[in-house]
Amino acid sequence: MPDAAALSASPRRARLAFAGFAAIHGWLLLLPAAVLLVAFTHYPTVRTLISSLYSKGTSMRPARFVGADNYAAMIEDPVFWKVAFNTFYFALGTIPASIVLALTMALWVNGKLAGRGFLRLAYFTPTILPMIAVANIWLFFYTPGIGLIDQMLGLVGLSGRNWLGDPDTVLPSLIVMTVWKEAGFFMIFYLAALQAIPPELKEAAMLEGASRWTYLRRVLLPLLMPTTLFVLINAVLNSFKLVDHLFILTKGGPNNASNLLLYYIYETAFSYFDAPYAATLTAVLLAILAVLALTQFLVLDKRVHYR
Amino acid sequence: MNPNRFSRSLEGAAAWILALLWIAPLLYALWAAFHPPEYATRFDLSAPLTLANFVRAWDFAPFARYFLNTFVLVTTILAAQLVLSTLAAYAFARFEFPGRDVAFLLVLVQLMIVPEVLIVENYRTMGQLGLIDSILGIGLPYMASAFAIFLLRQTFKTIPRELDEAARIEGCGPLGVLWRVYVPLAKPTYIAFGLVSVSHHWNNFLWPLVITSSVETRPLTVGLAIFGAPESGVDWSMISAGTLMAVAPLLLAFLIFQRQFVQSFMHVGLK
Repeated sequence: MPDAAALSASPRRARLAFAGFAAIHGWLLLLPAAVLLVAFTHYPTVRTLISSLYSKGTSMRPARFVGADNYAAMIEDPVFWKVAFNTFYFALGTIPASIVLALTMALWVNGKLAGRGFLRLAYFTPTILPMIAVANIWLFFYTPGIGLIDQMLGLVGLSGRNWLGDPDTVLPSLIVMTVWKEAGFFMIFYLAALQAIPPELKEAAMLEGASRWTYLRRVLLPLLMPTTLFVLINAVLNSFKLVDHLFILTKGGPNNASNLLLYYIYETAFSYFDAPYAATLTAVLLAILAVLALTQFLVLDKRVHYR
Repeated sequence: MNPNRFSRSLEGAAAWILALLWIAPLLYALWAAFHPPEYATRFDLSAPLTLANFVRAWDFAPFARYFLNTFVLVTTILAAQLVLSTLAAYAFARFEFPGRDVAFLLVLVQLMIVPEVLIVENYRTMGQLGLIDSILGIGLPYMASAFAIFLLRQTFKTIPRELDEAARIEGCGPLGVLWRVYVPLAKPTYIAFGLVSVSHHWNNFLWPLVITSSVETRPLTVGLAIFGAPESGVDWSMISAGTLMAVAPLLLAFLIFQRQFVQSFMHVGLK
């Protein structure tokens, strides 16, 4: 009897030993990346949430726990509400416009138009330029009086205005530039999706007598839905993390009319040196991103069911 | 002319007008950079061509140093990303270990919580590590890339296990298999990710701005932002020349390898 038990145990022990090796190898392979990810993503995320519960320490008085005081101060801060409003305005202004343009561009580049190569090049080029360089160039367009836009308006007898200095026009001006910068990037995802759609579908639709518009509405758009959702999530993420142009064009002005959440966080931390309040604002941004991540998770789930 | 053909040519015209509108800012920058400042706002075809703006821009700011910094930064980040994400993706794709699925979810968190969002706390960490105002400090938060790990894991999973087992029978250890089987077969993914990573970090601005404070570490984008600041006087021709210099390497690479760039962005977007 003991002999039989030993016989049956040894291959199992060997298997267990092998599984142990695999586990150790797996973790060792993962370790270098995991250390950096924890150090610069997870740890600072947790630290942000903790810092937002403490007061600002000085050399005389160390930081102490204040509970939700920073959040209460945030609710009372008119600049925060201004910035939150701007951020949503900016997102609403850039996202639908860039998605519609991106889809249109992709349909054109994927079609049989003359000079497709050039079209694709022209649409995509803004994507590989740094936002800082783009802002340098666009600053000149928007400059009052001598700027390109005012000069063109002058040609048709209209008077120009201070595009970036006027609270009414500053955000729309930034939105136009951002749409220009991003549409070509999102075009790529639509292009990839369009190229994966079999041409037989189009032939079948045409045989049935469907117009191109009907084909677009009834066949292409539903098929492109997963791409649209993917692009949408990325566009929302971009609208929260992209503030480079503010450094060149407006510095958030005039009077915070173009200030966005991430830029306000930067100002709070590195111009006003108020780390706890910067952490509080970051916590809000993290909450928004968490909601976005959950949406994506559920959406991706749907995408699987869809197929 | 039948209505269908008419609507098509109308569409063609619209597509071309949009394309011209889309490259107009770049064309304008070229115009301003290659003509004397007095022609910056006057579009006169007889305007003389000149390189003087580039010479002035080059003398005005330490561009050579900025180029070197950006080059070192982009190469360091890419090299680290490739090594770290290859190892991690291999672990996720081919090893069974406790906590693997949770670990993978934790990695994916970085897709949403990008390093830009955490500048305040990461600045503090860099201070504790003594890495403020260093190129390593700029690069460190980006070296473990969830995006690269995800892409490579997807690619590694499509590689048949038979190849893996054959290599093991030949006497390869786990790292040998990775190097001889997985890495060569994932070459298109490496190229695609490499191009996307280089263009991203060549253009990245916010975190480098926060963490650098000297000419010796500043990358091109940060240098360019100082350069375009109003204090340097509004000299559009010189700013255009400087801006073009900063984007030239990436732009030229893109124009030459256009197809490869677009394919890479598509490849990366599809996963």
